[in-house]
Amino acid sequence: MKHKETAVIIKQEALSDGIFSLWLETEAATLAKPGQFLSLYPKNAARLLPRPISICETDKINGKSAIRLVYRVVGGGTAEFSTFKPGETIDFLGPLGNGFPENARRALLIGGGIGIPPMLMLAKSRAAREQSSREDTLIVTGYRDNNTFLLSELSRYGTVYGAAEQLCADLFTDRALRNELLFIPIRSARQTESFPLDGASDREKTGAVPFTEGTVLDAIKAFELSADVIYACGPKPMLKAVKDFALEKGIPAWLSLEERMACGVGVCLGCVCETAEPDPHSLVTNKRVCREGPVFAAEEVIL
Amino acid sequence: MNLSVNIAGVTLKNPVITASGTFGSGEEYAEYQDLNGLGAVTTKGVSLTPWMGNKTPRVTEVYGGMLNAIGLQNPGIDTFITRDLPFLSQYDTRVIVNVCGKTTEEYLAVVERLSDTAADLLEINVSCPNVKEGAIAFGQNRDALFAITKEIKKKARQPIIMKLSPNVTNIAEMAKACEAAGADAISLINTITAMKIDIYKRSFVLANKTGGLSGPAIKPVAVRMVYECAQAVKLPIIGMGGIATAEDALEFIMAGASAVAVGMIHFHDPNRATQIVQDLIQYMNTYHVEDINELTGCVR
Repeated sequence: MKHKETAVIIKQEALSDGIFSLWLETEAATLAKPGQFLSLYPKNAARLLPRPISICETDKINGKSAIRLVYRVVGGGTAEFSTFKPGETIDFLGPLGNGFPENARRALLIGGGIGIPPMLMLAKSRAAREQSSREDTLIVTGYRDNNTFLLSELSRYGTVYGAAEQLCADLFTDRALRNELLFIPIRSARQTESFPLDGASDREKTGAVPFTEGTVLDAIKAFELSADVIYACGPKPMLKAVKDFALEKGIPAWLSLEERMACGVGVCLGCVCETAEPDPHSLVTNKRVCREGPVFAAEEVIL
Repeated sequence: MNLSVNIAGVTLKNPVITASGTFGSGEEYAEYQDLNGLGAVTTKGVSLTPWMGNKTPRVTEVYGGMLNAIGLQNPGIDTFITRDLPFLSQYDTRVIVNVCGKTTEEYLAVVERLSDTAADLLEINVSCPNVKEGAIAFGQNRDALFAITKEIKKKARQPIIMKLSPNVTNIAEMAKACEAAGADAISLINTITAMKIDIYKRSFVLANKTGGLSGPAIKPVAVRMVYECAQAVKLPIIGMGGIATAEDALEFIMAGASAVAVGMIHFHDPNRATQIVQDLIQYMNTYHVEDINELTGCVR
């Protein structure tokens, strides 16, 4: 029987403004696949519903299996999580959901905001496969502003590009980045042309992450990125734009959706998304994000 | 020690049931608890044809509970009978099928389709607050409730449980209407119509604007209503509304419920109904209760 599990918190740190990284010691780490999520329960007895949070990566810490979650504080439940200290425990269900179908082809990983963390696990998983090289994993990260996170870690497993809606090159907050990486801010697609990047060789020398002002789609266009398959996670408007881009270019795309959930396991039908084909549960066109998803083929969902 | 209870001639091995809409048709939570340990499973509402349900957001958390406005999304009676009912029939537990419809005819058609199936009891949903037609429209008017109860009773092969809405002025009057029309049992309460506003977006949180409040926040209201109905009618009562522990279940039983249903708390703990059965046994051992039925309605 599956059951609600208890994990011990190994460490927690703030990565950026309102973004926290939480490592949990749990055997559930051995089951987790990229694109899956955990449902975390607050301790406050008035907050009864679990919070679905995507898995950022898994690893062994001091010989024990651990899951890392990177989440944004958006309300009372996540604010409570952000106060948890090493040694404290937290209850959860999971891993839940289907995850990304992986293959070795050249891939474009697109993460927007708090949709970025699951891309780390996907990039890491791809890097662990013999047949795929780091150059075959292109990662586009979209931020609201200079409060970036996970850039240097993503750079270990793929070639990273950035987009920020409001960009000020001098003020990036990603601490690791300030030490290790150099930004090449590019303010528009037009300026890209007058600001030539010497591709991989330049990157290898400086570890630079080229940034553009705008959305992830602006970055994809500015840097003329293409691939055999697209994986994306982020807010609905971004996913809609990615879907349109993928259909236009004829690239198969997998989108990870977010919706308000209650049970997290497919019972309550709270988190449905509209689909092109009838769903297996109710035979209407409402698939459950928590169970049939959160990852769907782009053509499958109506956004 | 006796834990078994009788609802309209159907024996349940213990008084703990799952509440409609919080347990699907058992498949998902069967991965988390042994359904053989439950008195009965009540399914999510089943209609004549597949229903789409409402737009999202459909759910949101509130203090001590949640709001939902799912809108009775379900696959319809055909798929329910060929897929979901056989799944539940594998288990040694009773099956209560929750029936919903937009018109009296739709309720009757579903009830008739269930007549030669493994369903042990039918719970008639005349109290869902989240659909525009049917459901609560029958449950908020004494005469309409009497009329539909009488019609369904004529067609039903299984005993019928009328599920009452708390969104009425006098719930005991509704219970009396069900009894007068020939209902075999009543269950209460369904969710309480409620609202949550997002003050940052200056909009409703739920796409449906209103939703049904469930969870521990509603328990004291539900206990009071079970008590009022128990004083007004002789029908067996299935009590529900915010039950999270065996202590909560005992409050409902002492207020007059023969059985109890565990609902929203499963979203907090997917094994909770089974846990409550175990904790009831512990209570009975500790306080030397030979028969759970001794406690039903012991508070007057």
